[in-house]
Amino acid sequence: MSIVDKGKEAAQGIAQSVMKKAVELAPGALLPGGRPDPLIRRQHGHIGKPVSRVDGPLKVRGAAPFAAEIALDGMVYAALAYSTIAKGRIVTLDTGAAEAAPGVVLVMTHRNAPRLNPPPRFLSGDKAAAGDDSPVMQDDRVRWNGEPIALVLAETQEQADHARSLIRVTYAEEPAATSLPTADGCEVGTFMGEPLRAVVGDADAAFAAAPHKVEAVYTTPGHNHNALEPHGATLVWRGDELFIHDATQAVAHTAWSMAQIFDLEEAQVHVSSPFVGGGFGAKGLWQHQILAAAAARLAGRPVRIALSREGVYRIVGGRSPTEQRVALGADADGRLTAIIHRGVTPKTRHSPMPEPFILPTQSAYAAKTFALEVQTCYLDMVANTFMRAPGEAVGTVALECAMDELAEQLGMDPVELRILNEPEKDPLSGRPFSSRNIVAAYRAGAQRFGWERRNPVPRSRREGDWLVGMGCATATYPYHRMPGGAARITLDAAGHARIDVAAHEMGMGTATTHTQVAADRLGLPLEAVTVRYGDSSLPGVILAGGSQQTASVGLSVMMAHQELVGELLKLAGNDSPLAGLGADEVECADAGLRKLDEPGRFESYASILARSGRSELVVEGSAPMPLETMHWSMHSHGAMFCEVRVNAITGETRVSRFLGSFDCGRILNPKTAASQFRGGIIMGLGLALMEETQFDGRNGRIMNRNLSDYHLPVHLDVPEIEVIWTDIPDPHAPMGARGIGEIGITGTGAAVANAIHNATGRRVREFPITLDKLL
Amino acid sequence: MMPFTYTQAADADAAVRLAGGQQAGARYLGGGTNLVDLIRETIERPTALVDVTGLSDGITETDGGGLLIGAAVRNTALAEHRLVRSRYPMLARAILAGASPQIRNMATVAGNILQRTRCAYFYDQAGSRCNKREPGQGCDAIDGFNRMHAILGASPSCVATHPSDMCVALAALDATVHLTGTQGERRLPFADLHRLPGDEPDRDTVLQPGDLITAVELPALPTAARSAYRKVRDRSSYAFALVSVAAALAVENGTVTDVRLALGGVAHKPWRASKAEQALRGQPATEAAFQAAAAAELAEATPLRDNAFKVELAQRVIVAVLGELAESGLAGDGA
Repeated sequence: MSIVDKGKEAAQGIAQSVMKKAVELAPGALLPGGRPDPLIRRQHGHIGKPVSRVDGPLKVRGAAPFAAEIALDGMVYAALAYSTIAKGRIVTLDTGAAEAAPGVVLVMTHRNAPRLNPPPRFLSGDKAAAGDDSPVMQDDRVRWNGEPIALVLAETQEQADHARSLIRVTYAEEPAATSLPTADGCEVGTFMGEPLRAVVGDADAAFAAAPHKVEAVYTTPGHNHNALEPHGATLVWRGDELFIHDATQAVAHTAWSMAQIFDLEEAQVHVSSPFVGGGFGAKGLWQHQILAAAAARLAGRPVRIALSREGVYRIVGGRSPTEQRVALGADADGRLTAIIHRGVTPKTRHSPMPEPFILPTQSAYAAKTFALEVQTCYLDMVANTFMRAPGEAVGTVALECAMDELAEQLGMDPVELRILNEPEKDPLSGRPFSSRNIVAAYRAGAQRFGWERRNPVPRSRREGDWLVGMGCATATYPYHRMPGGAARITLDAAGHARIDVAAHEMGMGTATTHTQVAADRLGLPLEAVTVRYGDSSLPGVILAGGSQQTASVGLSVMMAHQELVGELLKLAGNDSPLAGLGADEVECADAGLRKLDEPGRFESYASILARSGRSELVVEGSAPMPLETMHWSMHSHGAMFCEVRVNAITGETRVSRFLGSFDCGRILNPKTAASQFRGGIIMGLGLALMEETQFDGRNGRIMNRNLSDYHLPVHLDVPEIEVIWTDIPDPHAPMGARGIGEIGITGTGAAVANAIHNATGRRVREFPITLDKLL
Repeated sequence: MMPFTYTQAADADAAVRLAGGQQAGARYLGGGTNLVDLIRETIERPTALVDVTGLSDGITETDGGGLLIGAAVRNTALAEHRLVRSRYPMLARAILAGASPQIRNMATVAGNILQRTRCAYFYDQAGSRCNKREPGQGCDAIDGFNRMHAILGASPSCVATHPSDMCVALAALDATVHLTGTQGERRLPFADLHRLPGDEPDRDTVLQPGDLITAVELPALPTAARSAYRKVRDRSSYAFALVSVAAALAVENGTVTDVRLALGGVAHKPWRASKAEQALRGQPATEAAFQAAAAAELAEATPLRDNAFKVELAQRVIVAVLGELAESGLAGDGA
């Protein structure tokens, strides 16, 4: 097994020590010889229907309460002051004027902050949530430009902001590493604890000997997180219990981690997060929740902390920049003989996440030899962290542009080159694919997009001042399912079911989709199902990350459902038409149980509960360890097609058409899924054309810390985006569905770049592709 | 945000009394689309805001066939005005190329004129040096991220650009600014209002404390009926210009009889391209002449680390816009 593949397992969180137990617990459904999730067969239920969001009316009325909108009695408002040097010590910190300012309740600095344990760094434990494990206002050290150095609490936000502006600080600066040439400690990076390196055969020799080859360096800049809702929290201490209204994609993790930091029992921290205005990997535990809780304790008042857009840039990390060298060797027919993908990305000493850009290359194409490696070097900068498809988003930029360059050199159609190199099994691990229909996705996408109209000769189509071109690229993202999933079903005498699960709704449609799935699983109408989520008191340790929440929740509910059926049969007893039947002989339908091959043998839930004198039945199920990824290579794919128009005079690029053709298993809700795909693609357009963190190498300061200077696509930059899918269920995934949250951003950047090359004849390998690079 | 007083001025004289009497701490408030940002960032720390949006919000024709535009006219109203669209299309297009509909609905003419640079180092009160914000402090933009910065008329003190689109058109149109101040009323050619940075980059304009812009006057300018505004930026909308060009062109028998040309995104002030105009008047309306005129204007361009492309871009866009105007003129002549 390759070292990278071991990393992949670590990514699933599988520890060797629990393997044996896990095997015993594993559901047959997802393992070899097992019976796939029965819902896959059911084609006429709620799954697959474009059900509108259950929380849609609340949101459009502005009635869905977000974390920084919760009002608590006696609440005060927080403002943060940030360091302006990258490294050194605070020498003087004058808070006198701030303390004397109107409305100020507290000024907290390292001098008066309570002693806190270091935040548990994400992945250091199964419930560790912190994106940054440096001490939180515990000393006079400065570790990055933008680190919080003081927090002000005041009666109004304006008073807090004003007082914050009165704080005066001087520093003793120390030499800082703020650009790759000054970085130190370069080494092979790790992702989820495993080295980012894979070697198969002698790729360098194979590359040297290849009759056809391309080799180029691609660079991508840092990217900052810009969710619509900036990070925020409203929190209060009641005695020794801490109640946090948070914007998070990890309620259970946050509760446990805050307990560690404040020396509490896990049960003393309550995290609620019913609505999140976008996460993208950034809505974890950062300094602001910790500082707000510390200040609330000192002040004895509830605290609201709403980070400004600048605040998000200063303390929440982003995607680190990458410099990637891709070398592809191919034989005379175009079959790959060598795939080399190596490069470097910076990281910090206090965060877990160097950009693992070789991830997509591990299972993309068949090749005889591979040499993959990510070098990482330490910089003094804000944490690098997860951002939508970490690794794949920018890794596909390099790999898929290189494939386009190779196709051009071979005189082959880029789609055909990819199909020719389609692997039969996972090229590194040798495992079979659970389900892989990328060829079908390419064929369908190419036809729908009109790919045959592409002229392979660059710069051959011009309309007025506009050069028109088409490009394609492969999108890919793995199926993940993390351990810890659990769910509770409460079935009441009226035949209504409530699903309780510590999951998250960040806008992607969690509540809606799982209402559909649970309704089908339980044989109930949508109106009879409620999904309760977004609270750490609910079952499960479920991260809304890695595009795995749907699988985790879906399997948890499936396990709870098995319990439910068993309990119902027990309650039904000998007087029921179901008497004597086992769990695998019945199915849920029409708000009750019926025998699979004898529909007349039926009893409704209401009847079963009534006869047994129960007002409700409560069951809980836990998802087993994610062993399915031990047996299969599990990935979603997409074929991305882009048409651009590049102005021959000014170099302005306009994406005029985009189509994503996806193979992600079964699509549970085409309405919310299409939105996810399109959102990812739009983010990919930004990555391709404009997104770039301006990190000033002189002092490590991010200069474009607002949405005016940090460019994201605006409406006019986004054409109509068509999304289609194979809808072929993955027999080894719950509901047959692999995740869809991140894949849209992958492949998009390369599809745009390849289209620009087709339009202009220019290969731009330095992203984003701004107009000056096309003049 | 510092505490400040807020007063609505009843008329221009009252506004000047209110603002002039409070020394440097008072600011006139228009739509607030830039000033409020600056206050929130603590770049501006006014002690008093005098709201002048209730004053002079009309657009009237002058006797000479020009337009008198009240200083408080909203950007949207100006862009949509029938006479602006027909007589000065470059102005309507310039306004619509700027900001967003929401901002244009709020922003006033005078506020647009007096908006300040969007240089990120100017805005970074806490962490960067800026001579415009703190005279004598130094400039972190000159050796920093300066893709958006000036290629013309900059100084070692400041390389910031003026961000307005509307002002580029006003510069090309030979507008006149009507002022009221502590010394009474006066008029100023628009081209003389904004300054180059020199060694006083903190002074964006020649206005004196208390000076209030009451109106902008556009002269009758038949040439402007055939005019254009082309803005080139990093995304399709809602971004400041890398380079913009406002141009009007009159051609008779293949010869340029009149030309108005101004550039945005290239200098500390809306840049009237007088050298190019001079080079073009009386010349044949050919691409070669447009190229030569643009080159004459850009000969003294001094690019920085990140913005050398602006010289080439400005050259290309000037030539393209003049070429389109010349062609549309031919079409018009033939009709």
